Amino acid sequence: MLSIENLHIEVSGKKILDGVNLKIEKGVTSIMFGQNGSGKTSLVMAIMGFPEYKITKGKIIFKGKVINDLSIDERARLGIGILLQRPPTVRGVKMRQMIALASKASNKKFDVEKMASKLNMKEFLDRDLNLGFSGGEMKRSELLQLAAQSPDLLLLDEPESGVDLENIALIGDVINKLSGKDKSALIITHTGHILDYVNASRGCVLENKKVQCVGDPHDILNRIRKYGYKGCISCHRKEPEKIKAKN
Amino acid sequence: MANKELWIKDFDRDTQEHPYQKNLSKISPVDKKSMIETGVDVSEKGRAGTFIQLDHSVVHAASLQKGLEVMNISDALKKYDWLKDYWWKAVAKDSDEYTILADKESRNGYFIRALPGVKAGYPIQSCLFLKKENLLQNVHNLIIAEEGSQLNIITGCTTASYVKKGAHIGISEFYIKKNATIKFTMIHNWAEEVMVRPRSKAIVEEGGMFLSNYVCLKPVNSIQMYPTATLVGEGATARFNSILYAHSGSHLDIGSRVILSKPNTKAEIIARAVTNGGTIITRGHLKGEAPSVKAHLECRGLILSPEGSILAIPELEGKGKDLEMSHEAAVGKIAKEEIEYLMTRGLSSEEAQAVIVRGFMDTAILGLPPELQKGIDDLVKSCQEEAL
Repeated sequence: MLSIENLHIEVSGKKILDGVNLKIEKGVTSIMFGQNGSGKTSLVMAIMGFPEYKITKGKIIFKGKVINDLSIDERARLGIGILLQRPPTVRGVKMRQMIALASKASNKKFDVEKMASKLNMKEFLDRDLNLGFSGGEMKRSELLQLAAQSPDLLLLDEPESGVDLENIALIGDVINKLSGKDKSALIITHTGHILDYVNASRGCVLENKKVQCVGDPHDILNRIRKYGYKGCISCHRKEPEKIKAKN
Repeated sequence: MANKELWIKDFDRDTQEHPYQKNLSKISPVDKKSMIETGVDVSEKGRAGTFIQLDHSVVHAASLQKGLEVMNISDALKKYDWLKDYWWKAVAKDSDEYTILADKESRNGYFIRALPGVKAGYPIQSCLFLKKENLLQNVHNLIIAEEGSQLNIITGCTTASYVKKGAHIGISEFYIKKNATIKFTMIHNWAEEVMVRPRSKAIVEEGGMFLSNYVCLKPVNSIQMYPTATLVGEGATARFNSILYAHSGSHLDIGSRVILSKPNTKAEIIARAVTNGGTIITRGHLKGEAPSVKAHLECRGLILSPEGSILAIPELEGKGKDLEMSHEAAVGKIAKEEIEYLMTRGLSSEEAQAVIVRGFMDTAILGLPPELQKGIDDLVKSCQEEAL
């Protein structure tokens, strides 16, 4: 589904990512761990095509096609969808309208009321997009829009941040539905809480501007809990099996 | 940003009379189309009354609800001697050259009144229509909401499709009695070379409410107006909402003023101004003269073209203690983050900008009943499609 090869990213002339390699197969949900400021958000923004995140070297390949030069909307229509950590407020644009536009752009039929009701967002449908939304409401609003968009690859940037315990299970449940068998997802987290709620089979760590290890996400989280992210850096580039053996 | 002066002598003052139409279906289809674009529905479905003036001639004036009066102001002045207590009592006749001209030779206009306690179920619609090229239309309107009554008025001003040049002077005097409400929505759909000088004042008594909506989306030469509400009774409220779109060559100088002269009065002024090449001066003036008044002014401007300009002039004036008055103003371009955000949902950059601009001109701020809301939304949409 997605293959990233030796990706170098700069933001305002500053190097953020320095040779990232990553593969996400069809039907796989992958978790990316990393400390605050490690470049996780920059990576998903670059995959989505935000021009501020400049590719200076390397390739992003989606469904077998190099997408480096495609605009954000071209990538969206090709099947990439993103949940932004802090989406902007768009005054006067109602959520219901945004959902209709998203499902129209992806040419998919969508039952707004049903999904809004599942995500407890019904009363938000006629409100201005993100205006006065709490952290958790923003995430649910983003998921609702993504559901309408129904992308093949979901990029979820900290879907659990600011979400209360009650709603985190709901969010996990919806993510599992959206990333069903033919779809893939890349979920960014620095706490790892979301892992208890989503069906993720792969994990990796982004540190020092590179992907440092790849393996079972639960094993990786356990190691991070035990040794901290420093542990990931010290064992970097070792095979996941070897990391397991050390435990 | 010098104002474009309206030279009265450049325009014709006289034209032929148009016949009165008892049956609105007799109105010509092309004129009908222009009227619909200003929210006037000639089928009168969902309306409590209709007033239509073509050039100087009132061609229709009728109420559809008991307790509501919709008349030619000239007839009303003849019928009710007491109207002299209202005529030129809110607007001063010597305010400027336009009021002086209106005093000398205004040609009709509407009289709308709700009797005490009468609540209009549907909006009353009015249309002031310029049919003759280069004519100066000069009307004087009088609107009275008697004690405890409620009026909802939509008035559309427009021209025949072939008219390019003309002028409109409109004096409007509103009287909102104790605990009465007037919701007044004015839509201006003039033509490229039309100059417009409305002069409006509202007097709001105890517990009364004046809500004034103004929408101007089509090209026009120039509009200059500064409608003012004076809250003369305790607990009175005034709200002004404006949605303005200036095309290249248009000069809009639009203000709203509320004088809060009694305790516990409230006022709110909201303006959304978009320019695609024209000039907008958006003014607001709140004057608090009594204790415990609350007032807020908000102006947001969006400049879409390098030729466009917006000058926002918010003024707050407080006298006395326990006042609560505030304003916020912002002028700028469409935020890049918002465009990119919408693009992540599959909209092209152009589509995203169109959606954001339409959202910016948020008609929900007008608080209109559904039968009017949709019409205005369609207007915003068509204006934008034309602009793009």
